[in-house]
Amino acid sequence: MPTSPSERPAPYDLAVIGAGPAGLAAAVTAAELGLRCVLLDAGPRPGGQYYRHPAPGLGAAHPERLHHGWSAFTGLTGRLAASTVTHLTEHHVWTAEQGDTWRLHATVGAGSTGSAVVEAKAVLLATGAYERQLPFPGWTLPGVVTAGGAQAMLKAGLVLPGRRIVVAGSGPLLLAAASSLVSAGAGVPAVVEAGNYLGYARGLGTLAANPAKLVEGAGHGARLLRGKVRLRRSSAVVEAHGTDRVTGVTVARLDAEWRPVPGTERRIDCDALAVGHGLLPQIELATELGAETVLTADRTVALKVDDGLRTSLPGLWAAGETCGVGGADLAIAEGELAARVIAGAPVPTALRRRRDRRRAFAGLMAAAHRPGPGWTDWLRPDTDVCRCEEVSVAAVREAVEELGATDSRTVKLLTRAGMGWCQGRMCGPAVACLSGSSELRPDSRPLSCPVPLAQLADGS
Amino acid sequence: MSKRSPHDVLVIGAGVVGAACAYYAARAGLAVTVIDRGPVAGGTTGAGEGNLLVSDKEPGPELDLALLSTGLWQTIAEQLGEQIEYEAKGGLVVASAEAGMTALRAFAAEQAKAGVVSTEIPGDRLAELEPHLAPGLAGGFHYSQDAQVQPALAAAHLLRASGASVRLGETVTAIRTGPSGEVLGVTTDRGRIDAPAVINAAGTWGGDLAALAGVALPVLPRRGFVLVTEPLPRIVRHKVYAADYVADVASGSAALQTSAVVEGTPAGPVLIGASRERVGFDRTLSVEVLQRLAANAAALFPVLRTVAVQRAYRGFRPYLPDHLPAIGADPRVPGLYHACGHEGAGIGLAPATGLLIARQLTGERPELDLTPFRADRFDEAAA
Repeated sequence: MPTSPSERPAPYDLAVIGAGPAGLAAAVTAAELGLRCVLLDAGPRPGGQYYRHPAPGLGAAHPERLHHGWSAFTGLTGRLAASTVTHLTEHHVWTAEQGDTWRLHATVGAGSTGSAVVEAKAVLLATGAYERQLPFPGWTLPGVVTAGGAQAMLKAGLVLPGRRIVVAGSGPLLLAAASSLVSAGAGVPAVVEAGNYLGYARGLGTLAANPAKLVEGAGHGARLLRGKVRLRRSSAVVEAHGTDRVTGVTVARLDAEWRPVPGTERRIDCDALAVGHGLLPQIELATELGAETVLTADRTVALKVDDGLRTSLPGLWAAGETCGVGGADLAIAEGELAARVIAGAPVPTALRRRRDRRRAFAGLMAAAHRPGPGWTDWLRPDTDVCRCEEVSVAAVREAVEELGATDSRTVKLLTRAGMGWCQGRMCGPAVACLSGSSELRPDSRPLSCPVPLAQLADGS
Repeated sequence: MSKRSPHDVLVIGAGVVGAACAYYAARAGLAVTVIDRGPVAGGTTGAGEGNLLVSDKEPGPELDLALLSTGLWQTIAEQLGEQIEYEAKGGLVVASAEAGMTALRAFAAEQAKAGVVSTEIPGDRLAELEPHLAPGLAGGFHYSQDAQVQPALAAAHLLRASGASVRLGETVTAIRTGPSGEVLGVTTDRGRIDAPAVINAAGTWGGDLAALAGVALPVLPRRGFVLVTEPLPRIVRHKVYAADYVADVASGSAALQTSAVVEGTPAGPVLIGASRERVGFDRTLSVEVLQRLAANAAALFPVLRTVAVQRAYRGFRPYLPDHLPAIGADPRVPGLYHACGHEGAGIGLAPATGLLIARQLTGERPELDLTPFRADRFDEAAA
């Protein structure tokens, strides 16, 4: 049914996509500066992945116990409630149309049964990040969950993935996840970190400029000590064992290139494994429009932004993890900064400095946890790389070595790796690595999420 | 040039057409090298649906090519069928009203004279072929010769089967010619390769490559989008399309055209096309196009309304003004051969293209008259 222009509501001054730390900070700041602002988020409650919290029905008395920086969050939600921001929950934006007036197309509702088109003069992309997975033999066994997934289960449902949980992979999320799991009563026999943490020592100045980060780390460390958690650096889970569920893992030491050192394997019994290798910026809404990107120190692709957090596309800003993963404090600072720039308000020097310090720390962190190229040595020919389409290492190698695939797009065309439900979010980094392509490009994902065909058909 | 080059033929382009050229030239005993600036199937081939169609072609040179290709694909499939997901699934063209049926009937009768096999299906029997088609359609025609392959796999496996030397990630920067204008070889970003014959299988970029040899070939991109659903049980059995698709294929309009083309795949997802627009190489997703494709598909198969569209992709068909490809020796540059400009039919027409050029390279008589496909046919029009 065509709508006449007079019936159409005036476009918002600003649409913020994502109600995590960056998006919340941006939306409330923009509204407080007088902008008509709409905040769209796929989730039912504000907070995003970071401030994920239980549904009210679960009756959690103290959700803050699982969270670092909970007061910052309640501060933002308090301002949101008091603001003029239109908060559209369960709105999953699947594409953005660029123009003087932007048009955001969203599916609406948990079952994506509804649809909406939201118009705005400017857009801020605060869609956060998702976890990087590197496959290993046994990684598809039940009981193997992502490190972020384990935290999400805990934060949203107060559920533990097991009683004795090995936490493995690389990145600061591992310590945070282990710390939450221990707080919730789980045993964590080991945190297995592929990096060696020496990278942080190379940036002592940056560390000194970020005392809060040291305190945060120390807090995790103290909790882990109390829980008798052993941190194994320069090590990785090279295999998960079990038949219908994980019953143990083999951990091996890694050399500087992340190649497992033969003879160093040891077995650790467990009933769950939480594993993740850092976070990847979720930026397809922008890259599908041709936004320029940068390569971060840990080989992820992030949006290129200027000092005012403008992307290369007129009218599109980005804040938080979409500009390179750096955590909630940085995201809040960037959300506020971007909102001020969009509103034409001055950026206080203190805010600018806080943001720059946090951004520098993010760069240090990324460099310390950069995956080494040797990790592919722990794969076996029959290890599934793409679990959606069940594509093995051998199939990917055949495509590369015998069929002329020199990048992940062609591996996908020849093997179906990355064509399944997750659209390569799970296997993308591994496939890119196995394809031998030195060039890292953003994955092509024209639709940011599945869209019911009827919704498209009825929109014409 | 006292020393003979180890290369008889250089094929530029590792899409399905380049792969087929390599395949037939190698089978004719020639030493073949294939060069592509990207990976195998990196251009239009990787964005296609893999249609091997006779049903959408009116009698004439393109249909003759398609019929020749149909037989060649069957032979290829005996060896590579499973790897390339070859399916002799047949096509079903449907009309919603009786006027459409009258037009289809006349079209099919003309095609039959050229060797196309088709059967009229009355409206009340369409469900026997496609149980999920919308009720109330006037009828359709079943084309048993229509088939499908997975195009990237087809290109990769033909290329491997050719045994050609393959140089990927290497860009041709010049085509070198001798004193009488004859091809001597190419220069690339990695060096020089000598060969007496160069085949332009650069698809949508075929015009740029021709320009390197100093000749004009007006290849233009014609954008298309395809919607891909979540994996489904086999609910669409044939390649099913609406009668207006034929008119859209033959049209030269720059404006957006969409007509419903729906087909299942062995992997499960249903592919939904087809749109045609001349907008250069603009890769931006068009919501309007997606909406029209979805509406067309839902009109043919109402059951699809309840499924999720999981992704979409776009490609650029290499289009020449008269909708015929450029195939064969270029009379303006001895040693230069063209194998590009197949628009949306490149997968289907690839084997015939490769075979006919191999015939020319070895001095044998081609199965078809190549005059309609000469690359210099646009020169006079321009003059």
